[in-house]
Amino acid sequence: MQTSFTAEQLRDPAIAASNQVLRTCVHCGFCTATCPTFVLLGDELDSPRGRIYLIKDMLESGRPATGDVARHVDRCLSCLSCMTTCPSGVHYMHLVDHARTVIEETFRRPWHDRMLRALLAAVLPYPGRMRAALAAARLGRPFAALVPGSTTLGRRLRAMLALAPRGQMPRSTLDGVRTHPAEGTRRARVALLAGCAQRVLDPGINDATIRLLTRLGVEVVVARGAGCCGALTHHMGRHAPAMASARANIDAWTREIEGDGLDAIVVNTSGCGTTLKDYGFMFRTGEAALRERAERVASLVADISEFLVRIGYAPTREPPGLTVAYHAACSLQHGQRVTEAPKLLLRKAGFRVVEPAEGHLCCGSAGTYNLLQPEIATRLRDRKLQNIRTTAPDLIAAGNIGCLTQLAGGGLPTVHTVALLDWMAGGPAPAGLKPAPPATGTR
Amino acid sequence: MIAQPAPKQEVLARRDAIVAGLRRLLPESGVIAEPIRLRPYETDGLAAYRQPPLAVALPETTEQVAAVLRFLHEEGVRIIPRGAGTSLSGGALPMADAVVVGLMRLNRILAIDYADRCATVQAGVTNIGITQAVQGTGFFYAPDPSSQLACMIGGNVGMNSGGAHCLRYGVTANNLLGLKIVTVSGEIIDIGGAHLDAAGYDWLGLLTGSEGQLAVVTEVTVRILRGPEGARAMLAAFRANEVAGACVDAIISSGIIPVALEFMDRPAIHACEAFAHAGYPLDAEAMLIIEVEGSPAEQDFLLSRIREICERHDPISLKVSQSAEESAAIWKGRKGAFGAVGRISPDYLCMDGTIPTGRLPEVLRRIGEMSERYGLKVANIFHAGDGNLHPLIMFDANDPDSFARAERFGADVLRLCVEVGGCLTGEHGVGVEKRDLMDAQFTPTDLAQQRRIKDAFDPLWLLNPSKVFPLVETLKQAA
Ligand SMILES: Cc1cc2nc3c(=O)[nH]c(=O)nc-3n(C[C@H](O)[C@H](O)[C@H](O)COP(=O)(O)OP(=O)(O)OC[C@H]3O[C@@H](n4cnc5c(N)ncnc54)[C@H](O)[C@@H]3O)c2cc1C
Ligand code: SF4
Ligand code: SF4
Repeated sequence: MQTSFTAEQLRDPAIAASNQVLRTCVHCGFCTATCPTFVLLGDELDSPRGRIYLIKDMLESGRPATGDVARHVDRCLSCLSCMTTCPSGVHYMHLVDHARTVIEETFRRPWHDRMLRALLAAVLPYPGRMRAALAAARLGRPFAALVPGSTTLGRRLRAMLALAPRGQMPRSTLDGVRTHPAEGTRRARVALLAGCAQRVLDPGINDATIRLLTRLGVEVVVARGAGCCGALTHHMGRHAPAMASARANIDAWTREIEGDGLDAIVVNTSGCGTTLKDYGFMFRTGEAALRERAERVASLVADISEFLVRIGYAPTREPPGLTVAYHAACSLQHGQRVTEAPKLLLRKAGFRVVEPAEGHLCCGSAGTYNLLQPEIATRLRDRKLQNIRTTAPDLIAAGNIGCLTQLAGGGLPTVHTVALLDWMAGGPAPAGLKPAPPATGTR
Repeated sequence: MIAQPAPKQEVLARRDAIVAGLRRLLPESGVIAEPIRLRPYETDGLAAYRQPPLAVALPETTEQVAAVLRFLHEEGVRIIPRGAGTSLSGGALPMADAVVVGLMRLNRILAIDYADRCATVQAGVTNIGITQAVQGTGFFYAPDPSSQLACMIGGNVGMNSGGAHCLRYGVTANNLLGLKIVTVSGEIIDIGGAHLDAAGYDWLGLLTGSEGQLAVVTEVTVRILRGPEGARAMLAAFRANEVAGACVDAIISSGIIPVALEFMDRPAIHACEAFAHAGYPLDAEAMLIIEVEGSPAEQDFLLSRIREICERHDPISLKVSQSAEESAAIWKGRKGAFGAVGRISPDYLCMDGTIPTGRLPEVLRRIGEMSERYGLKVANIFHAGDGNLHPLIMFDANDPDSFARAERFGADVLRLCVEVGGCLTGEHGVGVEKRDLMDAQFTPTDLAQQRRIKDAFDPLWLLNPSKVFPLVETLKQAA
């Protein structure tokens, strides 16, 4: 597609990169059809091709972002379905990330929007603060009915209260900073991204990952200094804190790589995995040494399902006779193009795997999206649950905490893929499922 | 840049009142009038031509479409119907004084009748959406434009679209049973229905391919077919474009009609393989995708005969798809082909003409010569079986000279099609792109008769007026 940046503008590396993306787009429109917001709203402006055009216009003009552009870019879920569809290989993710940064820097949002975003950016990446906030939210839930419903603010507040987990908030027993030795002979050594929001919302996921990996002969280290991957702030256009989080991780894992060595950096929250794999791009304009470290870290990142396929997984229990609806998280299927590994593993573990219709459409979770855009998020969730129910499963499995939280409460248990794999390989039954079938040794 | 008729100043002057009028008829999100938000509507699949409209209206029901048209007709405002905006001939290109009426919110499947094998859907349902709605029971909607993922059935009717499998199943016109249309003055009319031959004139035939110039379609009833027992695709790789072209002619003249017979040359093969990972022969100069269907025995028989013919053309390799996944990847590559060319060139013009298959080798050679002469690369991707050429002329839109050469090159290709006894359009319509070449194909009398049909439906020439007919004539007519 034609662009009209001046030579001056193109000296800015961010503009140069976006120009490259824009020039790859041939405006064929294929991506519109698989975009969740276009499907729901039926407006070119809420489609990838329309957003690309709005962003092009904003960047070319060099003027501050307007409310119109912010509105349509804010509605984008960053689900990256458009990237899977695009025959031309347009890197929409880099373009929209750039646009979000420009919007954040040049557009003044209404006060309540600013407040909410600042709050989310200050709480979610920090497990301690998040735990405190959720405890407060649980106290607040009985008052949800009192929150005025008609305002954007009111709807968002209620969306937040609704997400707070209902039962006790258990803590992980395993995922603190330490090294978990492999059982038997060590076959590999990996770092685990212990994450931020996930370890508060469902600490069982990290526990299951560590148990399963060590049982398979993998040494697992939770590195000192590693924390939030930066995705949460990155997707809100908050460039500096996102880069700082990423930098801390790169430093922490580089120490491990150069120390006892790492065969992989394993991620069990696919939303984070997409960002980790992009560290090389994020630091492309930094000094050479940092760029190389970022690229090395990014090249080691593997989703837990990818890694398990690589080292081999086998169950030790009888098949549980359960039908699992596999929900493909967008960050896994579109962001990382990991589509077959989780299904393969679940089948191997003895589950019957069904795939709901419209599997390419986002469930509406999308990081903080369900808090910032509750209406669209709820419509997408209901549509997703409807498609899942049609397959009559016993439970839903997914590889991303955001999706699991979003789809919980729909009448079906939601369980992380790795928790099911761990269960069938000797671990405890995931919460909400029947007790484990008997062990049979190796099958 | 393409010439447009001068905007009506009195309409531009009443812009605010027209927008306010639309807002009274549609929900808030259904009217777009802010300059920044109009930009993404300024173009379609032919992005070289651009013009932001006066406003965009997004109705949600047939009644809203009728109300909008009635109002715009009373106000004397030009109307550009729009589906998914994938037209490659600029069919949905706006005008400065026109309101774009987008049909994408009419996206519901209304009725499916398996006993009578038909489905009624709203105009904004995507082409593939129809197949997806019925495939669970083994049915499909046959015409399959490569853009089927995105393009809408209303747009397909507008352009009488075809696709790879039309060699066997026919184009949109052959699979249509009924339409609900809104006339320019806002009347709602039903034409045809869930039965074969409608009484009276063949209105369906007239409206199909009328490029949004006669009426706005809001509902479409199509024939759905039971899927074949099975299908298999073969990839045949050749040493030269002309040889592959000769092979196409040999297959067709042998009397075998495969369900699909598609051609790709070297640049296309490489771009598509990068996208689809389908195992295309990267060492070939040209490749044919040949698909047959039926029972396993039928497939074997047809494939063996086709293989014999291919072998007479010194193929580099012949490979039959071994699984459903492999076939899916082969077609994913072909259907993503135009977009995939975006990987090797920032911009392209996609030509669309038809020629007698016997002239394929000669025409391919002459396109190659033109490519040298204009200094622009070409990727050839097309429905070879019915002689429907799609040379993609690659250029750089940031370089005005390269665009000017591409336009001239394109016009030469289309004149060549007419010269060898073919036609200016295959399946993408005339739009604005081929408008000024119409007199290479038709006599002034032909064109005058065609314009009289438009006069009858739309005396004020408000519906998509700057398309199809050479501009000078159009203006005379509208005056
Ligand atoms: C990558 C790519 C591949 C393609 N491959 C093919 C192919 O294989 N075969 C093929 O035939 N075409 C192909 N096309 C062209 C295009 O997809 C078709 O012309 C398609 O039918 C256009 O549908 P649309 O919904 O995008 O309509 P639009 O582009 O929005 O409009 C097309 C025309 O129809 C009119 N129109 C749209 N909706 C209505 C309505 N409801 N009532 C009245 N008029 C209406 C418009 O005014 C315009 O003149 C391809 C396009 C692309 C970008
Ligand atoms: S599919 Fe790709 S090339 Fe086509 S419009 Fe979308 S982003 Fe652009
Ligand atoms: S990332 Fe998802 S929501 Fe955003 S434009 Fe792409 S497909 Fe649409």
